[in-house]
Amino acid sequence: MDAINQSILTAVVLVPLAGAVLVTLVPDRFKLPNWIALLTTLLTFLLTLHLPAHFIPGLPGFQFEINYPWIESPAIFYHVGVDGLSLWLVVLVGLLAPVGVIASWSAINERRKVFYALFLVQQTAMFGVFVSLDLMLYYGFWELSLVPMAILIAMYGRKDGPKAALKFFLFTFIPSAPLLVAILWIYARTGSFDFVTLQILLAHGNLPAAALGWAALAFLFAFAVKVPVFPLHGWLADTFSEAPVALAMVVAGKLGLYSMLRFHIGLFPAQARAAAPYLMALAVIGILYGACLALVQRDFWRLMAFAALSHLSLIVLAIYGFTFTGWTGAIYQILNHGVVDAALFLLLGALEVRYATSQIDAYGGLAARMPRAATLFVIASLAMIGLPMLGGFVGELLILSSTFIEVSRAWTVAAALGVILGAAYMLWLVQRIFYGPESKLATSRPAEDIHFGELAVLAPLAVLMLVMGLAPSFWTNSIQSSVHPPPSSGITLMPPSFRQISIHAEVRR
Amino acid sequence: MNPVPDIFRILPEVILTVTGVTIMLIEASLRPGWTRRWLGWVAAIGTTLALWASVWQLSLPAGTGYFGTVETSPFTVFFHILICGIVLVALLLSLDTLPEDSHHQGEFYALIVFGAVGMCLLTGAVELLVVFIALEISSISTYILAGYRKETGRGPEAAIKYFLLGSFATGFLLYGIALTFGATGTTQIYEIARLAPSAQNHSLILAALALMLVGILFKVSAAPFHVWTPDVYEGAPSPVVALLSTAPKAAAFALLLRVVYEMFPSLHGLWAPLLWVVAVLSMTVGNLAALRQQNVKRMLAYSSIAHAGYLLAAFSAASDKTGFSEAGIAAASFYIAAYAAMNVGIFAVITLVSGYDDKLPMIDDFRGLIYRAPLLGSLLLFFLVSLVGIPFTGGFFGKFYSFSAAVDGGAVALAIIGLLNSGLAAAYYLHLALVSAQRDPSAAGRPAVATPQVGVAVAAALSLAVLATLILGIVPGEVLRAAQSGAHTLQAPPPENTPSGDAVQP
Repeated sequence: MDAINQSILTAVVLVPLAGAVLVTLVPDRFKLPNWIALLTTLLTFLLTLHLPAHFIPGLPGFQFEINYPWIESPAIFYHVGVDGLSLWLVVLVGLLAPVGVIASWSAINERRKVFYALFLVQQTAMFGVFVSLDLMLYYGFWELSLVPMAILIAMYGRKDGPKAALKFFLFTFIPSAPLLVAILWIYARTGSFDFVTLQILLAHGNLPAAALGWAALAFLFAFAVKVPVFPLHGWLADTFSEAPVALAMVVAGKLGLYSMLRFHIGLFPAQARAAAPYLMALAVIGILYGACLALVQRDFWRLMAFAALSHLSLIVLAIYGFTFTGWTGAIYQILNHGVVDAALFLLLGALEVRYATSQIDAYGGLAARMPRAATLFVIASLAMIGLPMLGGFVGELLILSSTFIEVSRAWTVAAALGVILGAAYMLWLVQRIFYGPESKLATSRPAEDIHFGELAVLAPLAVLMLVMGLAPSFWTNSIQSSVHPPPSSGITLMPPSFRQISIHAEVRR
Repeated sequence: MNPVPDIFRILPEVILTVTGVTIMLIEASLRPGWTRRWLGWVAAIGTTLALWASVWQLSLPAGTGYFGTVETSPFTVFFHILICGIVLVALLLSLDTLPEDSHHQGEFYALIVFGAVGMCLLTGAVELLVVFIALEISSISTYILAGYRKETGRGPEAAIKYFLLGSFATGFLLYGIALTFGATGTTQIYEIARLAPSAQNHSLILAALALMLVGILFKVSAAPFHVWTPDVYEGAPSPVVALLSTAPKAAAFALLLRVVYEMFPSLHGLWAPLLWVVAVLSMTVGNLAALRQQNVKRMLAYSSIAHAGYLLAAFSAASDKTGFSEAGIAAASFYIAAYAAMNVGIFAVITLVSGYDDKLPMIDDFRGLIYRAPLLGSLLLFFLVSLVGIPFTGGFFGKFYSFSAAVDGGAVALAIIGLLNSGLAAAYYLHLALVSAQRDPSAAGRPAVATPQVGVAVAAALSLAVLATLILGIVPGEVLRAAQSGAHTLQAPPPENTPSGDAVQP
């Protein structure tokens, strides 16, 4: 078992890549690329399930750690590992991968080899981001994740793919330039790219405070664009409306939010705390702004984009509230949002394949023709708006209650307003698509409910939403094991044992 | 004292010269109309032998030959291997793409090989006159190659422009050499390094340095000496551009490293800020101009100017008190290798897509390439991604080492400018990449493009370029170590080697 534990993360990262190579080698016939992609992603998902099965909650530090030298000079290590923060995120990526393949099954008919190869490379990049504990390795996967995304948006864009792809790429690539400079500067001053070492060195080293502030800002900027945080969300709507469904469901949120928690707050706690009030203000603006814009969209992809902005901003609010419950809620809400968004995207993608439009006005009265789709869409929508007993409720409750009690009542009231608006646009969307009189479009095509493959994915997702609403402690226990309750002053992401070690740590000159 | 026969010090150059002369002789004795394609294979074999000879030179003790005019050391071997590799790929590429009916195929291959002689000699020369001669050998071959498509108007125009401006630049270099001789009384690089700090006529040395820098910066197409680049790249045949944009630049950068770090390290305080400015200028001018280009080769020409800028960032590395910087030299050497791998690769793809005659020169002509020719389209994407500098490709580690050397040397501003510039560069690289990935809505109305024939030689050339780009991006350690050991030997030997050290005036 030890051998498996010590190589499981490498396997998780490399299996999709191997699948990508295999896809390029087989002929594009009999849906072979689809099947290889599906089997690869299912295998990867099974591998990721090994992690929670053997994760020991409460153990300080990282688990399933691997640390090999990769490049001697500069000292870059292949250092990977997971803790409570990243554990379930890795599983989430694993879960969404087969969902993405199913979502693309009938939507992608051209150049399937290129599509699935790049889709699998994208999986590798995302796993890499969540497990990397070496800043350069992390940066490598972070940048790598942009490429398949941009190419696939360009190739399969609905109207003007290349333009949206370029916008997406530049929006995320340019902020990563200061990020790289910041990483290089830290390395020049400390001689390490290692996350664990740097956590100690930066906390107790005597690096110049001003420069450290700039470095922290560079980190924050890169992550804030990726989430996105208002007003850096310019790429979001175009990307959502152009990207293939399988990629739209993973493009926003997770990577940026996780990076904020791990690398911004984890490496620069003091600077992050100083920036927190501004970020919370931006987050509240984002919640309300996103919700208001979602209300007036005519295209359901753009509606989902602004809904995502609103929901992700709520998580940002929780992250920069610096509360124990808030952080737990933030991770939990990322998981929940990932699952719910995947279900909604899959259903909307299925609608678009059948009716070839994403204009909400064109739809109406589909519930009678597609009862299964309607039921599942309603369940997912309710989970998204936070109905009790479904996953969204737990996440929002944790976030809002912790913000209300420990941070700021005014912000909480404003954020809750956004949640109410969220219910409005989601329910209105359901009403416009599935209920009311049957539209011309709906009657013009033969009724075709979601097929077995889609149902096989959606039903487990719906069950998962319910379980996440009923038994959140299954997830929160391991999440909380990495967020440590305050000894006396403030909470931290650093296990207590580090504080003793770090007294002896010195910064290399 | 020197047990190594002199001939071994220039073995790769000798092999290449013999190859070139043989090809010329065979070419002259073949009847018109006979196939000359196999002469390309002769050239490729000769280049491979030269490459092997360069590797073998590593087993020689580092030192000089022919009265201290040429040197073999890990540094020269690094550049020899690089240049021979580039030339080999360019030859393989020409083999399958040069039109069969061209009457001058033999000359073409011979010129490439002679160019390689000059470039290799340039990296090994430690005597300024040999430097000058080597530079001329390489330049004259490339002037002719640039104008090889005589039937179009662009070819001769490119050649004439390149020749006139290039001659000027060589003139500057020669003036610099003359002034150096005037100030120090020698053209030996080691001697100059020893004498320069204490030379009485300091302003003469400064003028010499400035003139030599102008000459060399022209050859590497750094702004503001870059104006020839786009016209030449556009006019020259694509396989020649693959060579032209990499190998002579690699040789010229080797010379630049030698001049600033080995010959004038004592003037570090002077040339470092100068090169800082040139770096910023090159990348900004190159990228801004590239953004506006519609012709793929012109765009890549401006991008190569920008890459010269990124490379020059490595010269801002932290140096010791003598002005020497191992990290900087290693980073620059590595960058050249990475740049060469991906640039040769992308020009190979462009040669195949647009053909020897540049039938499809514009960015719009590449629309939907990945649907028309999936393999070429994917390769184009791959090399563009590497040029953007995405991790796990050679382009990333090139930039990474260059800018981390700069940050280490305190040039944080330069690194930020450079990386923002690479964001800017991503815009035009990605534009080409994404356009080629787009479904072509007007494909039906477009004249059918013959699917490019990928022969054995081209396939080998492309695989070499892909392999090099991937190796440099995933396991760069070995190449970096080679670059570092090369950098280590670039330091002028300490004065105790020269017993006459006491004679120097304090």
